[in-house]
This record gives sequence, structure tokens and C-alpha cells, in this order.
Amino acid sequence: MGKRSKVIEKEEVVVRFSGDSGDGMQLTGTLFSYTSAIFGNDISTFPDYPAEIRAPQGTISGVSGFQIHFGHSEVYTPGDYCDVLVAMNPAALKANAKWMKPGGTIILDVDSCDEKNLVKAGYHTDDPIIEDKLGDYHIVKAPITTLTKESLKDMGLDNKSILRSKNMYALGLVYWVFDRPLGHTKEYIQKKFKKNPLIVEANLKVLDDGYNYGNIIQAVTPSYHIHPADIKKGKYRNLSGNTAVAWGFLAAAEKSNLKLFLGSYPITPATEILQELSARKDLGVKVFQAEDEIAGICTAIGASFAGSLAITTTSGPGLALKGEAIGLAVMAELPIVIVNVQRGGPSTGLPTKTEQSDLMQALYGRNGESPVVVIAASSPTNSFDYAFYAAKVAVEHMTPVILLTDGFIANGTQPWLIPDLADWPEINVPKVDEGMKDWNAYQRDPESLSRYWATPGTKGFEHRLGGLEKDAVTGAVSHDAMNHQKMVEIREEKVQRVANHIPELEVIGEDDAELLIVGWGGTFGHLFTAYEELTHEGHHVALAHFNYIKPLPLNTYDVLKRYKKIVVCELNMGQFANYLTMNFPDLEYKKFNKIQGQPFTVVELKEHFKSLLEE
Amino acid sequence: MMSVENQLKFTDFKSDQSVKWCPGCGDHAILNSVQKAMANLGYSNEDVAVISGIGCSSRFPYYMETYGFHTIHGRGSAIASGVKVANPKLKVWQITGDGDALAIGGNHFIHTIRRNVDLNVILFNNQIYGLTKGQYSPTSKRGFISKTSPFGTVESPFRPGELCIGARGHFFARCIDKDLKHSVEMMEEAAGHQGTSIIEVLQNCVIYNDKTHNAITDKAHSEDRTIKLEHGKPMIFGKEKNKGLLLDGLNLKVVTIGENGVTEGDILVHDAHCEDTTLHLKLADMEYPDFPVALGVIRAVKAPVYDQCVETQLEEVQEISKIKSFNDLIHSGDTWDVE
Repeated sequence: MGKRSKVIEKEEVVVRFSGDSGDGMQLTGTLFSYTSAIFGNDISTFPDYPAEIRAPQGTISGVSGFQIHFGHSEVYTPGDYCDVLVAMNPAALKANAKWMKPGGTIILDVDSCDEKNLVKAGYHTDDPIIEDKLGDYHIVKAPITTLTKESLKDMGLDNKSILRSKNMYALGLVYWVFDRPLGHTKEYIQKKFKKNPLIVEANLKVLDDGYNYGNIIQAVTPSYHIHPADIKKGKYRNLSGNTAVAWGFLAAAEKSNLKLFLGSYPITPATEILQELSARKDLGVKVFQAEDEIAGICTAIGASFAGSLAITTTSGPGLALKGEAIGLAVMAELPIVIVNVQRGGPSTGLPTKTEQSDLMQALYGRNGESPVVVIAASSPTNSFDYAFYAAKVAVEHMTPVILLTDGFIANGTQPWLIPDLADWPEINVPKVDEGMKDWNAYQRDPESLSRYWATPGTKGFEHRLGGLEKDAVTGAVSHDAMNHQKMVEIREEKVQRVANHIPELEVIGEDDAELLIVGWGGTFGHLFTAYEELTHEGHHVALAHFNYIKPLPLNTYDVLKRYKKIVVCELNMGQFANYLTMNFPDLEYKKFNKIQGQPFTVVELKEHFKSLLEE
Repeated sequence: MMSVENQLKFTDFKSDQSVKWCPGCGDHAILNSVQKAMANLGYSNEDVAVISGIGCSSRFPYYMETYGFHTIHGRGSAIASGVKVANPKLKVWQITGDGDALAIGGNHFIHTIRRNVDLNVILFNNQIYGLTKGQYSPTSKRGFISKTSPFGTVESPFRPGELCIGARGHFFARCIDKDLKHSVEMMEEAAGHQGTSIIEVLQNCVIYNDKTHNAITDKAHSEDRTIKLEHGKPMIFGKEKNKGLLLDGLNLKVVTIGENGVTEGDILVHDAHCEDTTLHLKLADMEYPDFPVALGVIRAVKAPVYDQCVETQLEEVQEISKIKSFNDLIHSGDTWDVE
């Protein structure tokens, strides 16, 4: 490599690849993130794609982006603002210009900036850089389309295939910018297109040519230098939140020695869990792609009755449809995990965007007194942990568990230290045993109040379950007034006693901090980063982040009451804050809410917390 | 299955719960038929799961000394599908009614049939909502007067057989609640068929729709107004065994043997195993008074069974996949070491 004229040393950097939804930006971003991870950086990624599969070409609604945050130290979010933007067309520039860090680098395919595309993107002049006031940025005007065509002109490829390789040219150039090896991407290309040697050759060539173009234009192009991170030793892989959920259940099935059954119906942004488990026939997973959301959960309830570890996956509108069936599982006291990958609502809302607005639906969205355990994952990789624990709680306590994730952590990825299942806790299945005399279906473990699981095929334990209220002693249908009250109370108490089996709430930061930041679920990365930066700047803040929502950890009140100021931050109108108010009404909660289909930004969180500290 | 000496009696399938259907309800007879069929089939109590939705008939599982699950309205076949797919060794019977299966549960009904999950579905058709005390159902005849159609309905009913065959059903039979002998036979046939078996039982609601099927089930007329189809036998019916069915162009026609030169040899022979649905559909759709109502096994065709195919596919993939455990999975594909 030649000498680089301008090298920017950075602790961490955010790169966004952005183009038309057909431009292959998701793949480009994924390959770049792998290379960075293998290089030894800590990474966090997030794809941002339109709801339409192929929205009108060249328009802002058709822009597809993929953002990667990587650094020399640990990173907890995909980053708010970009250091480097790759814009494959004017629409990509228009959509992302406001997300640039001052002084950042923009690599723009100038070939795409013809009048037609500029108009489609909403520009009124022929110079988008001036129009968007991007003069203070490093602008790399690269004729990527022309260069790709030039690179492949002697290969005998059709024009469509040539244009499809543009993303690899851009990727090669970005590898030059970050001084990254091309090895992993080359291997990927060779594997992916092995049936088509010409395409392999073409992609490898444009990748190299893109990289070499960096050498040619180095005089006007800054390059970035980010050292590997000091992260825990071991074997890693990249994991998205959705895959993590699927794998958490696989782990739980192996630990509990139960067969895994998934009943589900495709819905954005939860579909990848269904797809991942559909591919896992090798591990014996039975996946039932149902005719609708209701059949998704009902087949799972049937499988649970028959003795499987039963799961259903969905997003907000699907959870609404599953409500009645969840009530049945509450009544029949059968274990089942319902995964809700939250998206913007209500109704169809913002299907590809993130929100935390299904909390109340998860807690209370059913007829009758219908308590379930509610757990929330808070990062792509800990979605594995909480899927595992959701399954463990469901089975050990014979109860439905709703696991909340969201579009942000479901689609985001992080490096995952590959675990050893031997280090994970056992899952004890409360099956009936032959010694139980005069057993009935609602006989309970005195400590947990969980009933026992008798599965069809087991002789001597034939019994009938159902949605009708049952007698607490005999298990037969009962309309008795006092029995109903007793059973309602037992079902609630059973869920509350799960608190004896979950970890206490931990506070990050000092006990006497001036402000306690409270969050739950997928906002952890942003809240933690804001906490870290404020602490670094000398502010006295602490963070309490919840993963167990119902029941709450036993020490919740003791933790909260220590702080004079509490701010509950969530991507809704304040549902968790209201839940805390209901549980601990004597404390005062400030609310910080955002409902834009987007995660918090660290910048806005810090600003808000600073203003609260000054109050 | 049990050896003959250990074979359970039909009373062994009765639970300790007292049966709470109205006196005179057709459900009592169907319960007896099912228990009798299960005893004849040599079932063990623990291997049977009886699944139902909501409605009068759906109380059925409580009266069976087997595993049972009384679920939610319309979802019986989805839950039964889950049970069967999770454990294909179980004998899974679904109890449903015309409202449960064809109104609120219509979607699950057709998709279960389409997949061909190995369930025995007994569809109690009394053409009324009984448990909610008398509203018209999706099988009530056009013009039917009920509490929610005081001036008669203005909608056409489903014909369960037509819907079943339209959903690519491979087994459809019909019987009458009070004809125990024939009902038991139909249930045994359904149990022997692999895949979704639908038995439509013409059931009488003594309170809200009494005698709705009487025109055909009444002893005085039933032989003339119904035809009991048997595979391989000519389609002959009537008290005098002198009426029969033949094809006149594309349509079925009722004829009298000995009249107009018609001989027994002209009469159609029932082929329940024929894959083509044309004639089965015509037979299933026959309605009194134009035709006799078809009873018996109208269609019984072999086809791939969903739950078996699921098992086979698992075995096939497990045979060839390099991933044998969770540990194999998490170490597969792109990984890297941090030193």
C-alpha cells in the first residue's frame, strides 16, 4: 500500500452504507462488519431498510441502509451519527446527511447524480453537496458506476450483472479507507457464487479495483485508523437478536431434554426467528408455519399439552391476535413462550421500525385476570440469554412467558462469545412421577405453586384441561364462587413467586448519584453509553436497567427509593413509568419518551439528563 | 394397542364426570359411539387425546377417560394439529360443531384438511348455535328463522362435505347421531384412515332446532331419503332397494330399477378411493328432496400425511447434516478468535 496522506486516529467510528433497496447495501454492510470483527474491533450493527421490498428506485422511501459502529473499546450501540457515509445515490445522501458527524467523510457515487435522480431525491439544484450545506465534510466524489463498468468491460457480463457489482467496488474502497484486509470478503464471494465462476471473478475484480482506487485518490481521501479492541479472549461469532432468540430456545431444549416446537406465522420484524428454526431440522426442531397468528400459538399450546418446549413468535399485531389463546395457556397452566419483537404501532404502524409500546399489551392485553411472566431482552446477544431464561421459567413454573424484544435489537448484531452449554443452568421439568398418588391436574408444588406436567401417553395420569375454571382440588370444571377467587389468586401468586428465582436488580453507578436513569429492554446500549459518557465527564448518574418486568426483581423498591431523581426512559408514551407508579406509588418518576420508530440517540439522552441534573 | 384379553370395554372410556347435555340431545348417542369405536379399535386410555373448541359438543373431552383438552372457540383443529405433530404416536380426535368448525374456526378447518394432519374430526352438525341459545349457524338453510334471523336468513349455508373436498380433503363420511351401529362403523373407518378424516354427524338439538334433520332421519322415510354408500357396492337405496343413482351427462340422476329399461347393472358403483373429486363432490352435495342424502364414507383417498412427513423430513435432514448438536451449530460458519 502507498503512503496515506491523511490518517485519522479514532477510538471508535460509525460507518453507514446507504443506497437503493436493490443496491445490496445489507450484504455490503454485513461483510464489512465481519471483517472489522475479525480484525479485532468490538462491533455493533443495525440495518435500516424500507418497508417495501423494492420501493420506487432512486426515491428516499427506497433507501436501504446498514450502519456499523466499531471501536478500540467496547461499543454498545450501532452509533447515532456517522463518521463515514457511503451514498450510492442522491436519495441515500438526502436521507442520511442529517445523521453525519461534523467533519465526517461522505463517499458519493457521482455517476448517480443525474438530473432524474436528483429530482427523485428531492434536490432542487444540480449540486446536492452545496444544497445540503455539506461543505465542511470530506466529500469523495467517486464515479463508482463508471469505474465498475470500466473494471468489468472485458468480462463478457451483461449490463445488469455489472451494475450489481457496484456495491463490491464501494466496499473495496471502504476497506482502503479503514486499511482492512480483503480476505474474509473474498472467501465469502467464492463460497456464495461458487456455481457461477464468472460472477466470482467479476466481484473479486471490482473489490480489488475499488481498493486500489483508494490508493489513486489518497491525496484527497482521509483514511481512518482504529486499533483492535481489548475484549475478552475466546471464540466469537456475529449474532443478531432474532437468531439469538432462536438459539436460546435451542439451548433450552437441549438443557431440558425437551423437543422444541415452534408454531408461527410470518410477521416483520420477527420472521427471522421462524426462518432460523425452520432450518434447524438437524436439531429436531418441529416448525409449524400456521395459517394465521392464532393457529401459530394454538399449535404451540397443543404441542405444550403433548410435552414439547413450545414457542410462538410474533410482533405487536400478532400478539393482539394471540391474546385469547394466551389466556387459555394461563388457565390450563401450560408452559409456552410468546416472543414479541416489538415494532411501531398501533395497527400496522411502522412495521420495520422499532418501539417499546407493547409493554401494557404484554402485561394486561387479555380478558380476565390473566397473569403471565414478562421478560425483556436488552441487546442482540443477550436475546440468547433471555430466550433461554424465558423457556426455563415457562417450564419450571408451568406458565406462559412473554419475551419482549424489538426491531432494533432483533435486527442489530454484536459479536457473541460462543458459550459452553455446560456453564448454563439446568432446566428442571416438573413432570409427574409414578409415585404421585391420587394425582390431579391442579396439584401444586408448595414452593413455586407450579402444577405438574402429565403428558398424553403417560398411563394413569389421564386428565382433562380446558378454558373453563377448574376446581382447585379435583381439577374438574367448577363454577363455585370461592373456588374461582382462590384460583385467580393462586395464578397471580404463582407468577409473583417467580421473583424468588430471578436475579436482583443491579445498579450501574453509585448509590448516591443525583439521577437514576431507568430503562428496560432494547434501550440499554444507548442508556449505558449515555451513562458512561456522563460519568466520564464527571456527572453523578446511575443506571438501573430492567430485564424482568413481571414479576419485578424483589429489590426493585429498595433500589429506586435510594435516589432523589428518577427518570424512566422508553420508546413509548411512558408505559413502564406508569407500571412502576402502579407498583410503587410513593416515588416520583420523570419520563423521557420517544415515539419516532427510532432508537434513542446518546446525544439527546445526555442533553436531557444534563438538563435534569441542573434542575 | 392392547391384546384382545386386555381390550378395554366402552365403559372404560367413560370419565367420572356426569354428562350435562340436555336430555334427548343427539350428543349422548355420539359419545356412546365414540367410546364404543375406541373400545373396538383396541385403544388404551393414555394414548388418546380428545381435543375440542367451544360449543355444546365441545364439552365432550370432559366425559372421556382419556387425555383431553377443551380449548377455545374455533381453534380445536389448530390445537389438535399441535398435539399430533408434537407426538404422532397419539390418537388425536377432535370434537367440533358447525359454528366452531365452519364459522369462527373456518380458517383452521380448511388448512388442517389441506395439510392432511392425521386427526379424526367429528363435526356435530345441528344447524344451530345451541350453547348461546338458538342463533342461526353457517349450516342453517337459507331463510332459516332463529333469534338472530327473525325474518329468515339471507345467506347460503356451507355444505361441510363440499368445503372439506374443496379444501383438498381426503376423507369425508356422514352419519346420523341416533344410528349407533353405522356411526361406530364410520368412526372406525375414520380412525383407520391416515390423514384428516372428517365425519359429519347429523345431530339433533332437541331444544333449539328439534327435528331439523327429521325429513331424512325419521325412521318412516330414512331409507327412501338417504343412501348408505359403501365402497365397491352399487348406489342402491330405498325401502324396496329398487332406487339407484346413475350419471346422466354430467349430473347424477335418481332412477328406479325396472323402470324405463334401467337394470341393476346401470347403477353407479361407489368408488370412495377415486382420487378425482368430481363424483364425490356431487354425492356429498346431494340434498333432499331432489336426491337422497348420502351417508357412509363418501371419500377415502390415500395421500401424504403431514405429521408423518414432518418426521420423515427431520430424519432425512439429520442424516445428512453435519450439525448434530447445539454445540456444532454455534461453532459452524463464520467465527473468529480473539487472542
